[in-house]
Amino acid sequence: MPRIKSSEITPEHIYLSRRKFMVGIGALAAGSLLGACGSFNSSPGVVGVNEETGQVEVTANADELGDPLTSYSAVIGYNNFYEFTTDKQKVAGLAQGFKTEPWTVEVGGLVNNPKTYGVDDLRNKFTQQERIYRMRCVEGWSMVIPWLGFPLAELLKEVEPTSQAKYVRFETLYDPDRMVGQKSSWYNWPYIEGLRVDEAMNDMAILSTGLYGNQLLPQNGAPIRLVVPWKYGFKSIKSIVKIDLVDKMPTSLWMAAAPHEYGFYANVNPNVPHPRWSQASERRIGEDGRRDTLMFNGYAEEVAYLYDGMDLKANY
Amino acid sequence: MSYLRANWLKIIAHVGSLLPLAVLLFDYWTGRLSFNPIQDITLRTGDYGLNLLVLSLAVTPAITITGWRKLQPLRKWLGLYGFMYIALHFYTFIWLDYRLDLALLQEAIFEKRYALVGFGALVILTPLAITSTKGWMRRLGKNWKRLHRLAYVAVLLGVIHYVWLVKSDIREPLLYGGIVILLLALRLPAVRKPISNWRSRRKVAARRTANPA
Repeated sequence: MPRIKSSEITPEHIYLSRRKFMVGIGALAAGSLLGACGSFNSSPGVVGVNEETGQVEVTANADELGDPLTSYSAVIGYNNFYEFTTDKQKVAGLAQGFKTEPWTVEVGGLVNNPKTYGVDDLRNKFTQQERIYRMRCVEGWSMVIPWLGFPLAELLKEVEPTSQAKYVRFETLYDPDRMVGQKSSWYNWPYIEGLRVDEAMNDMAILSTGLYGNQLLPQNGAPIRLVVPWKYGFKSIKSIVKIDLVDKMPTSLWMAAAPHEYGFYANVNPNVPHPRWSQASERRIGEDGRRDTLMFNGYAEEVAYLYDGMDLKANY
Repeated sequence: MSYLRANWLKIIAHVGSLLPLAVLLFDYWTGRLSFNPIQDITLRTGDYGLNLLVLSLAVTPAITITGWRKLQPLRKWLGLYGFMYIALHFYTFIWLDYRLDLALLQEAIFEKRYALVGFGALVILTPLAITSTKGWMRRLGKNWKRLHRLAYVAVLLGVIHYVWLVKSDIREPLLYGGIVILLLALRLPAVRKPISNWRSRRKVAARRTANPA
């Protein structure tokens, strides 16, 4: 039986009053929620409390390395989503009211069972798991985010890729009226991303529909997005409408925009600098100073085998 | 009152140059910076520094066009404040951001061309800031002007630094580049002389119409 989230059965007025109640008693949680007390605040709030709803929904307050979750306010307030704007602090405002219902994801290409899924079908069909992952942006900053989602492999197994399928190609919604950043002709919309099929089948790769125990907000890629935590953030394509199995390596939006700077693999790698800046260190949002960037963003054990024998400098 | 009347332009320059720093400090202490505050401080100080240096470069062409000699002292002050923001930008980078970690800085500054040209601009601007006083002007004589022409190089390096650092959309940095090239072109005698001749002719003409006798 699919798990029903409490947010789906709680009437909104109770939901809201509970939030008020939590804010009332939870001075600690409210502290980091309001944001006014400083961006240097690294506390994620009370253990496992969703700062927006006041509900206890997060199973841990740190990743497996012991690093605390990035505050909910930062996760929903500091976003790279050029479909709305290139200003990270303004994405949330511009994405407000972005309609994500109805929404379908068309899965096809070189598969035996092509199918178009409603997002709710996907939520109900595949058990939602919480995955606490580090997210490392190619610009040199990072977050720790508790995602809700399911392994991409589960969906792929269902549509059955044929033997010719070598790559998975993802496509974001193209609708400049709803995504105003797409009116800029500087980029070649729609946003495209891709994975090799074996990368896509790795258990670390998930399709996410929520974070911090809530459904995704538009600025985080609602209603459904990819999360591949061992790769730079731009690989984790948002607001997906189409997933195709293909035989040729897809050209992503960033590969097309600057081919010598952004490659197909985009694995987090402290030893391979961006042509214009170092990738050896990063700034964790909520912390002062910098920390060393880890090979494959700290997920080498899970994913390094995928790149055995490959020259990672050439395949950036 | 007469002090204000005589110095209002300079007062605007001082206040206008220091205001962004005051706002930055206010935003910092009241938590109004972004979720990535160090990047915010880095971007803002770099932005103010480049803007003020470009404004400083605009003073001489502005005098050429308007003939308004009162603008002259602004060149020095806008340039000095520009240098101040660039220095803050640099210290934010090496100290607030990289915590003076020499190994990381070595890679970040000397192996990356955008950081290197930015650093080069700071190195060039430092002796210019030091020799901006009247005493140094006197001591250096003719060489003062020669030395301070290096400001053109520093601002161009600043623009290149900006072009190389944006992720993809270079339209805005290129706009800066265009403005700087225009401001430099307006200094060339071949461009400057016709403008000032045209201005003096207009002045004479205006006087004639005012006094038709």
